[in-house]
Amino acid sequence: MTATQERPSEEVEREIGRDRRRKEDQRLITGRTRWTDNLTLPGMLHLAMVRSPFAHAKIVSIDTSAAKAATNVVDVFTGPELGETLGVNINAWPITPEQVTPTHSPMPADRVAFAGEIVAVVVARTAAEARDAAELVDVEYDELPAALDLKSAAADEVLAHPDLGTNKSALWVFDSGEAGTGAPVEDAISKARADGIVIEREYRQQRLIPAFMEPRSVVVDPTGEQYVMYSATQIPHILRFALAATTGVPESKIRVIAPDVGGGFGGKLQTTPEEWIAWAVGRRLGKPVKYTETRSESLVSAHHGRDQWQKLTLAAEKDGTVTGLKVELLADLGAYVAIVGGGVPVLGAFMFNAIYKFPAYHFSVQTVLTNKTWTDAYRGAGRPEATYAIERLMDELAVEVGVDPLEIREKNWIKHEEFPFTTVAGLEYDSGNYEAATARAKEMIGYDELRAEQRRRRESGDPVQLGIGVSTFTEMCGLAPSRVLGQLDYGAGGWEHASVRMLATGKVEVVTGASAHGQGHETAFSQIVADRLGVAFEDVEILHGDTQVAPKGMDTYGSRSLVVGGEALVRAADKVIEKAKPIAAHLLEASADDLEFTGGRFSVRGTDQGMAIGEVALATFAAHNLPDGVEPSLDSDATYDPVAFNFPHGTHLCAMEVDTETGELRMRKYVCCDDIGNIINPLIVSGQVHGGLVQGIAQALWEEAVYDESGTLVSGSFVDYLLPTAADTISFDIDHTTSPSLTNTLGTKGVGEAGTIASTPAVVNAVVDAVRHFGVNDIQMPCTPERVWRAINGAGAGGSTEGAAMPHFGEAEASGTSEGGGAMGNQEQPGTSSTEGAGA
Amino acid sequence: MTRISLTVDGANVSDDVEPRMLLVQYLREKLGKTGTVIGCDTSNCGACTVHLNGTSVKSCNVLAVQADGAEVTTIEGLARDGQLHPVQEAFRECHGLQCGFCTPGMIMQSVDLLSTNPNPSEEEIRLGLEGNLCRCTGYHNIVRAVQHAASQGATS
Repeated sequence: MTATQERPSEEVEREIGRDRRRKEDQRLITGRTRWTDNLTLPGMLHLAMVRSPFAHAKIVSIDTSAAKAATNVVDVFTGPELGETLGVNINAWPITPEQVTPTHSPMPADRVAFAGEIVAVVVARTAAEARDAAELVDVEYDELPAALDLKSAAADEVLAHPDLGTNKSALWVFDSGEAGTGAPVEDAISKARADGIVIEREYRQQRLIPAFMEPRSVVVDPTGEQYVMYSATQIPHILRFALAATTGVPESKIRVIAPDVGGGFGGKLQTTPEEWIAWAVGRRLGKPVKYTETRSESLVSAHHGRDQWQKLTLAAEKDGTVTGLKVELLADLGAYVAIVGGGVPVLGAFMFNAIYKFPAYHFSVQTVLTNKTWTDAYRGAGRPEATYAIERLMDELAVEVGVDPLEIREKNWIKHEEFPFTTVAGLEYDSGNYEAATARAKEMIGYDELRAEQRRRRESGDPVQLGIGVSTFTEMCGLAPSRVLGQLDYGAGGWEHASVRMLATGKVEVVTGASAHGQGHETAFSQIVADRLGVAFEDVEILHGDTQVAPKGMDTYGSRSLVVGGEALVRAADKVIEKAKPIAAHLLEASADDLEFTGGRFSVRGTDQGMAIGEVALATFAAHNLPDGVEPSLDSDATYDPVAFNFPHGTHLCAMEVDTETGELRMRKYVCCDDIGNIINPLIVSGQVHGGLVQGIAQALWEEAVYDESGTLVSGSFVDYLLPTAADTISFDIDHTTSPSLTNTLGTKGVGEAGTIASTPAVVNAVVDAVRHFGVNDIQMPCTPERVWRAINGAGAGGSTEGAAMPHFGEAEASGTSEGGGAMGNQEQPGTSSTEGAGA
Repeated sequence: MTRISLTVDGANVSDDVEPRMLLVQYLREKLGKTGTVIGCDTSNCGACTVHLNGTSVKSCNVLAVQADGAEVTTIEGLARDGQLHPVQEAFRECHGLQCGFCTPGMIMQSVDLLSTNPNPSEEEIRLGLEGNLCRCTGYHNIVRAVQHAASQGATS
């Protein structure tokens, strides 16, 4: 059984590196989609949540009788009525053994801890009837003082959870002197104070909202032997585990499906009260239930990101050689410790030293509980904060020394011949070439010409000043080596799983434990497998996002799917080849030692005899003529645990024009040259970079979640939370240098978060660079025209947004109350308040 | 309840609807036209954009009863005789989508933009899509897709 129709391998075009158009797109551009909210099951009931308008209050009573009597309402439940079947929402990463962690009930019985927390759920035959009835639930609250401001909360002035006795959740510290990875930082700072340069700054990482385009939705189907949960989630496997662990349902009785998922950016890396409530209600009633949030509910209750104060001290020699870095963070957890929670700033702990050869480093983060929406991973998760801090500081150091910001960076960065390099944070960077990426980026933007124009404008006193911002970032991605996660007390491993199934018809089914929600895995993973097995791209089908189809997985976040999940694919495919080899040898009547496998074909060395892997698959399926003792299957699994993180890097340059008379900003040009190792699909990579850039730029210029003084999220709709549009943004100029990663077979590095991590400081550095001659060295993000104008006119960093929200109508006139009562339109004084009509 | 009759993606349909029902709810809940999606509750995101009598509208901003007697085209009715509309092709060709949730609205708005301005500048494209939010692409490749479609003569 030989075949001769296959092309010789040298004629087969390699799939890796091709700009394949995406397999996913045909469905998505024709509306043939399966978003969770699209699902309708027989007898399905709809849920609406009743949410607290107060940031912090005791629940005195909940009267559900009017809602229960409403047309087509099936039932209304409060926390006590669902009791233990509700389970709890878990924190998977207690960052210290002593971490103070409030119990997080999906629907608390006695006290709410943030505005938007769920206190009752209405079940009705239609979504509209459920929402109508939610308005009829009468909740009596006794309002409590709320811990809102991060610094005040850290001082325990008002307690977010009075029973805990403190708002301070955990203090996590890394010190290079203690860890043996470097010198003590205090010595470096003392020496620099005496005879060097000390830069001390405090930067604000404002609160952001991931704002994925698809609002979260969950369907629970309790009919059938397995309970099925469909959810708009990034993490179906973690979700399944957490449901089993907290609600008493055996894991084997739970099937979780993440169907089409419309974006996540970390915002769907969560196990949510809404999922847990739907789970409990579905089980209670024995009927399928669906809950889909409104956008306003999403903004107030889906987790937020960032929200830190960064106190930074950089020590250097007089010539600008860095000698030490001390980082002290305050991080706002919000009302509860979310699934990653305090782990987010810890993911940044190893990255503040970035690409620079600091001999001494100290990092601490104090996580703090407040009465605001919980925070967790948002694109970059810890690393944007680190990159922002260090890249801003390097600009300050350049000013202090009096050299170009690129010159100070080059003086201190790891030279390309110094890789692999073990950093002061204890990580080994495997590969990189900062010189090459920087040279290319400078060429792309016309760096020297821009500096010349900047000088001209400055000298002529042009009202429109030009700033050039630099960010030479690196990040750690590919979460994560399980041993490292264990050392950091994370509750799970960081491996990924893959299966390759060889079908009799020549098609290949590939199962991955990664769970895409826009990344294009179906396309990129097909390319990897097609190359590895020498089969057609079109013949590979990628299956994912259903725990019954893909039973093992660690899901998608932390730029891990390619560098961890892709390696699992390679290993599973290699096992298929190993299993096929003795069968091919048997059929070809040759010794396995004489076979070679190239271009999808086993051939006998020195002959024209050969056989395609698809033919071996068919013969194995038939199993009529196999070697003795060989199982009739080529299907193979692999579970890969990464040996190390990997470290994409790049140089981003941004040119901003600032109208110094009005504070108006215009981005003139943005270029970046990223080194992400070998690229599987350049088209998909470009999309990841563009989208990442805009999210990082949006942090610099536009986005902020703002609370008023009573704890109401005033940027609680898309009218108020400023997501950039096509008209706000520009086209980008992107390129790549290539230093293949040495820690995975394909030589790839993650790219999903790179743009976001790099771009924020590039933009802010550009804005500050444009107005530095006015004595400005910081402008708080988002750099609104007002803040820029204030900074130019001598008001420091442009002032804080906090407390700057407009008072509610009526409130300003009504006896000048400042401390509360304004939540969600309720204008009563603090104290016992009735909030009929608080249903969201 | 009010009786409405209209044409959706070429099919004649008629239903009793509550006067408060939005067109997008009618499309999704009554007709199963789930290709059209809901992304916000303040008419900012444009994910629900459809054509009403040939003009793009945010279908969350139109009552179903207002569509009585009208001709509605959704993303599901854009391809004809198994042939993708050139704007659909262009979004795939230029990688103008990632998660795909904004895509139905983005494509419907782009079709409308090109029907009124067959050769838009980048600036005109960006302004023309200002009412449609995307969180994945950074708009770069969406702009390319519209330019590509324009170069293919996709004006209707």
